Amino acid sequence: MSEPLIVLTGVTRSFGSGAAAFQALRGVDLEIEEGDFVAIMGPSGSGKSSLMNILGCLDTPTGGSYRFRGLAVESLNRDQRAMLRRHALGFVFQGFNLLARTSAQENVELPLLYRGEPVARRHELARAALASVGLSGWEHHTPAELSGGQQQRVAIARALVTGPSLLLADEPTGNLDTERSREIMDLLAGLNRDQGITVLMVTHEPDMAEYAHRIVRLVDGRIASDTRKAASPAEEGAQ
Amino acid sequence: MIWNALLLALREIRRNLMRSFLTILGIVIGVSAVITMVTLGNGATQAVSDQIASLGSNLLIIRPGQHLGPGRDSAGAAQFKVADVEALRNQVSGLAAVVPVSSKSVTLVAMSRNWSSGVTGTSRDWFATGKWQIAGGRIFNEAEERAGAAVCVIGDTIRRELFGGQDPVGQQIRVKQFSCEVIGLLASKGQSTMGNDQDDLVVMPLRTVQRRLTGSVDVATLMVSVRDDASMDTAKEQVTWLMRERRHIGLGDNDDFAVMDTRQIAETLSGTTKVMTGLLGAVAAVSLLVGGIGIMNIMLVSVTERTREIGIRLAIGALEREVLLQFLIEAVALASLGGIVGIVLATLASIGGAALMHVPYLFNPGINLLSFGFSAAIGVLFGYVPARRAARLDPIEALRHE
Repeated sequence: MSEPLIVLTGVTRSFGSGAAAFQALRGVDLEIEEGDFVAIMGPSGSGKSSLMNILGCLDTPTGGSYRFRGLAVESLNRDQRAMLRRHALGFVFQGFNLLARTSAQENVELPLLYRGEPVARRHELARAALASVGLSGWEHHTPAELSGGQQQRVAIARALVTGPSLLLADEPTGNLDTERSREIMDLLAGLNRDQGITVLMVTHEPDMAEYAHRIVRLVDGRIASDTRKAASPAEEGAQ
Repeated sequence: MIWNALLLALREIRRNLMRSFLTILGIVIGVSAVITMVTLGNGATQAVSDQIASLGSNLLIIRPGQHLGPGRDSAGAAQFKVADVEALRNQVSGLAAVVPVSSKSVTLVAMSRNWSSGVTGTSRDWFATGKWQIAGGRIFNEAEERAGAAVCVIGDTIRRELFGGQDPVGQQIRVKQFSCEVIGLLASKGQSTMGNDQDDLVVMPLRTVQRRLTGSVDVATLMVSVRDDASMDTAKEQVTWLMRERRHIGLGDNDDFAVMDTRQIAETLSGTTKVMTGLLGAVAAVSLLVGGIGIMNIMLVSVTERTREIGIRLAIGALEREVLLQFLIEAVALASLGGIVGIVLATLASIGGAALMHVPYLFNPGINLLSFGFSAAIGVLFGYVPARRAARLDPIEALRHE
């Protein structure tokens, strides 16, 4: 493989200025290969969210460089980053972040709408995405009519529907019970394995991090450890 | 994109139906007020013109004082005399008739009922000049006119008020201290556009009015009808010169009387209604602006309420201008909806108002289009600030918003 999907070099992020300035990231170097499944762990305030926002092109680093597929993200403007998110990234949030009073189908179609896909294709892709997360038959239910686990599945379908190369999941199981959490993690792991989607997940639950191939620990804005787990044949078989 | 944004906007409006309704109320009232005012104003102008035109385009009206209509008092200028009528008849060529008119307000009594009205003293030519039809009986003859006989022709309102269902011809009416015989009934002309009842009058020979009611030989107004084959301008000029001469007005002095032709009168009156229309329209336009501010207010609230939604849209790749467009279209859709409802309401109000005011209902596509366009423009104008606020939101902050 040539250049990795993501290359962070000496990335810093500070908030405020002068004496009140707070350094959330103090120089992070990180490379993520295409097709990897990475969990980012760390205590509160370790800079997980800041790192996630930068990786998700929602925020830009104060210092250092972020190359996504060789593209210097820090030099992109707001709309260019939006275009990058639209075409290459998918987001899954802790709080699901679905549009209220809007059917699952329409929620999933939302990213396609901004891509200008015609109606028939939107319907088709959204239905397929919902089916792939096991929600066939739930297309016309609104978030209020769905359980937490189902809502997160809709959110995953929404992230997947555009065929992104990177899926960013910010505490995807934070609002779910253990059983639902396992279902969601199985789903993410399956997507990573079967469709080759790179998955980047922030979590503070070691159980969930176990699903990843690689665990990056952040402490005080720096990478404290970066361990790769050898894929166990037993786990592969269990799926 | 625009189509989708429009669908989204309509759905958002439907979701908050009550709020949307209250928001557009200002625009609805503004648009309907502007259109109704202008439509009724135009109708009134038209009605005034029509009414005056119905007198014919060949009529000159001569009055003491400098102007006809409000604003200038004719007090001070001398009234006309019967001799003026004769002089005009004999010395100005091309005239069909010269009609003297003197009026007096009186109380009429008949069949033990009474009614306040006006008595018009004039000559027989008055009926033809004013295009009056006779519904029953006859008009006074030359002998009665010359003698100042106690005879009268009454309008339809007088018949209704004094005689009810009975035939008034041959009955007596007491006017002040004398009795006069009703010899004829005028066909109804209905209400005039200025709101006065044209049928509320009693017509007598001029001499009768002068002798028994006004007690003077003055004539208040002269109506001159010009023959169709004669020039109005020439007649007007000749009449003016003759009257100046008879009233001994020096060369450099201004006329102390006014000669108006019907076109001029129409212009004067419709000028007044046009100014009124303009003023009312302007007041109504202010309410449109107020409506716009209401829309801006609600859109700002809406942006705050939907911060999280905006965050989601931005995170999944919506561009700044797409979010801007979405909210702008929502504001424009609200305002335009107000415009449409306003137009419907204005049409109903105008038709009803026109019927009440006895003016014609003239559909004016210009003002309808203009009001609609204006309301949409207000949507753009007042929707821009909230929409820009939405578009400029930081997606991270917006997603965190509760």
